[in-house]
Amino acid sequence: MKRTKDSLKRVVENFYLVIILIFLYAPIATMAVLSFNNSKSRTQWGGFTLKWYLEMFESSATIDALTNTLFIAFASSLIATVIGTAAAIAINSMKKTTKTIIMGITNIPMLNADIVTGISLMLAFIAFGISLGFQTILIAHITFNIPYVILSVMPKLKQTSKSTYEAALDLGASPLYAFFKVVFPDILPGVLSGFLLAFTMSLDDFIITHFTRGAGINTLSTLIYSEVRRGIKPSMYALSSIIFVTVLVLLIITNFAPNHKKGGEMI
Amino acid sequence: MSKKLLSGPYLLWMIGFTIIPLALIVFYGLTDKEGVFTLENILAIATPEHRKALWLSLGLSLVSTVFCLVLAYPLAMILRKRNIGKGSFVVFIFILPMWMNFLLRTLAWQTLLEKNGVINGILSFLHLPAQSLINTPGAIILGMVYNFLPFMVLPIYNVLCKIDDNTINAAQDLGANFFQTLIRIWFPLSVPGIISGITMVFVPALTTFVISNLLGGSKILLIGNVIEQEFTRGSNWNLGSGLSLVLMIFILISMALIAKYDKNGEGTAF
Repeated sequence: MKRTKDSLKRVVENFYLVIILIFLYAPIATMAVLSFNNSKSRTQWGGFTLKWYLEMFESSATIDALTNTLFIAFASSLIATVIGTAAAIAINSMKKTTKTIIMGITNIPMLNADIVTGISLMLAFIAFGISLGFQTILIAHITFNIPYVILSVMPKLKQTSKSTYEAALDLGASPLYAFFKVVFPDILPGVLSGFLLAFTMSLDDFIITHFTRGAGINTLSTLIYSEVRRGIKPSMYALSSIIFVTVLVLLIITNFAPNHKKGGEMI
Repeated sequence: MSKKLLSGPYLLWMIGFTIIPLALIVFYGLTDKEGVFTLENILAIATPEHRKALWLSLGLSLVSTVFCLVLAYPLAMILRKRNIGKGSFVVFIFILPMWMNFLLRTLAWQTLLEKNGVINGILSFLHLPAQSLINTPGAIILGMVYNFLPFMVLPIYNVLCKIDDNTINAAQDLGANFFQTLIRIWFPLSVPGIISGITMVFVPALTTFVISNLLGGSKILLIGNVIEQEFTRGSNWNLGSGLSLVLMIFILISMALIAKYDKNGEGTAF
């Protein structure tokens, strides 16, 4: 009796998991299907074609937006990782009260609404006299990326023991050498996951970029938004499908490679 | 000592690009175009048009948050039980969709919900009457739940994973049934994750202007749409800032809740 009850429970659970997965991935599947659609309409199937995959390389606006998006995502998450990791090390060695205050400030960009972050940065750039453009998008992205890095690195830092670092110093290592030989390998998974998380958030951001970009510069998000009224070119679906599949393959390789030891926490 | 200096660049950055910008919003919100102090921009929330947008935003985001919680809690429990790939795989499943642009994913729902869209296609195939799905408040709720569900699942999943199996077994050995265990053990122990999840869904849902734009048509205005228009079209920055300050009240409440119930940062999403 109990066994049938358990197996029934398992069936219900599996059903629920499948429903949620369909809910999460149905729009992505839709985009992938539309990228092969010969008709420009989003609701009519006009036969199979690969033309959008060729066309996307011909539009310089799309290629520019893609380059901007990738460059901003990479640069902002790299800079955020350096600043954030250094900050996490410092915060970890602070007294409890100071720590609480600084972690409170760290939480602001994460908990604040994107629209408020975006508007406040826009007002600040104008007040500081920084002209809106590539550099302001980059600064904005670094700003909202740093907290993700700090929050990924802090738990790893808490796990490292102080004594190994001190032992290295006692044995004559310079602080910098001791850090890179003893502490850094321990926190590396956190640093990497912070970087990847920051990269993902930067790539997916629209709202903050919308307010902090100047005229004449687009990321993929803002380009798509400007195309919404006129109708999105199917080549955008093709490009997004390529990005999605690339990331999927990369993550499967890093997460499920047979001989990985530390790679399990990549994201 | 030298370690503390490492936080220098970070602190300067946060002062320059988080604290000062927020102070500027407060300044703009409390002054008029000539820079004279006024409360007009904040009181503007009481005009019928703005009040309607705020109430609608509050309503839709509350409903979405409840939906997210109801969907996410059992999901997190199942994921914890299965213990698939020890955490990383779960995060992987929920982060992965973000690599397809947020706007495109939301636009895809247009395709699915449209009059001649996929869902109505399936309905007519089953000889069921077609539904008008797009450009309704329901479509906006769906878009919110879809976009923000991961931010509810991950914090809850993270706290659930920290619950010791022995605690649950003990409760059951002492004769507690499923619902008693749920209410006496699971819920109290997962409060940090629930609170963190609620704020991470409620705040973006309350302030969104994109989802309402794409799935609600142009007729449904949320408070986010009103503010966005003040900055991009109407260009009354003082009014926009004043309305943002009103929104920040809700954000501050969320932060206070997190500070109260999630002191050790257990409920973080990532």
